Amino acid sequence: MTATQIQSPRSGNDRGQSSSGDSGRIAPQYRRNGSARGNFEMLAWLFMRLSGVVLVVLIFGHLFVNLLVGEGIHAIDFGFVAGKWADPFWQFWDLAMLWLAMLHGTNGVRTIINDYAEKDSTRFWLKMVLYAATTVIIILGTLVIFTFNPCPVVDGVQLPGGFCPA
Amino acid sequence: MSAELAEPASKIELPAGVGGGGEIPTFDITLRVRRYNPEVSEEARWDDFKLTMYGTDRVLDALHKIKWEVDGSVSFRRSCAHGVCGSDAMRINGRNRLACKTLLKDLDTSKPITVEPIKGLPVEKDLIVDMEPFFQSFREVMPFLINKGHEPTKERLQSAEDRERFDDTTKCILCAACTSSCPVFWTDGQYFGPAAIVNAHRFIFDSRDDAGDMRLEILNDKEGVWRCRTTFNCSEACPRGIQVTQAIAEVKQAILSRKI
Repeated sequence: MTATQIQSPRSGNDRGQSSSGDSGRIAPQYRRNGSARGNFEMLAWLFMRLSGVVLVVLIFGHLFVNLLVGEGIHAIDFGFVAGKWADPFWQFWDLAMLWLAMLHGTNGVRTIINDYAEKDSTRFWLKMVLYAATTVIIILGTLVIFTFNPCPVVDGVQLPGGFCPA
Repeated sequence: MSAELAEPASKIELPAGVGGGGEIPTFDITLRVRRYNPEVSEEARWDDFKLTMYGTDRVLDALHKIKWEVDGSVSFRRSCAHGVCGSDAMRINGRNRLACKTLLKDLDTSKPITVEPIKGLPVEKDLIVDMEPFFQSFREVMPFLINKGHEPTKERLQSAEDRERFDDTTKCILCAACTSSCPVFWTDGQYFGPAAIVNAHRFIFDSRDDAGDMRLEILNDKEGVWRCRTTFNCSEACPRGIQVTQAIAEVKQAILSRKI
């Protein structure tokens, strides 16, 4: 026999009826619906590991700069955040942190839903809620990072602040 | 048995009480067995059996004693009764074990010992489950040698190092203790399960086999190796001591290095 002649029992669509050595009495809830090939699950698995490593660096760097450097936690105020986001480096840092943390967390919750939801409809709707929340937060966060203006001017009048140049 | 039976003459005179069964310590246990009979009731229930057992007895001996002397309707699978065939995997005190390899004296005999069918597979009666979904996943990974080359006139030779590569996963006896200890399998029974992956590993890493890529492709499925959450339940449950979680990780790496 050669490998090309041999087909996995999975190549039949309906698990439980396709293979000849099968008694055909598998309880229906154990039958997999078709085969879901493609590398999505592999890439998701890989993304979790890689983003996790990157996030460790990003988050500890973030905590170090915000809480320990200089005056540390006492220096954090609106002006501090405004100053950071005036720098493209910190804009990129926070953007990377936002996207990676959101996608990492979303993928984690996605696998938890896959593992714990027992009905397909429950699983589907929980994931829809999850994806909707993720999309809103990522878009909103990205907008804030790039459109942030510490000295907004409304109707020609500068809003009160005290840290903007007059 | 009884001491009144005429024993064959011995060359050595043994004092009374030595050499007989009486010297093995006995103790009382309560075996709490999960009972289910769909012909009587859809509800499963617990039955307690009080037994006097010996220090050399296993859980399987207690089940035999119940079936042969107390309640003949108790149903369970067992074949070789010596840890080779893998028929009598069950949940003993909440852990998947072979009843024939679990000594009663190693369990806490002061409390009732619970015996349940393995989890995640449909129960048919008492401790007997429907193994068909488990074996279907096993069949799907094609657990047999596939070789493209010409058939040799004698055996297919392999170096000791090549044989060592997959030695651990050759030990599987298909008892289903690992798959039915996996929380991912419990949820919906769709996951291929550790046993199927172990048996795929046995051929993927066999230098004589040519269908490793095909098996990796099968396991690169939505319900394949990526559903493993490395909880190590399977490694803990395996009565043959196979490092199941490690085998799954090796298959994951093989898929990754093949794709990237």
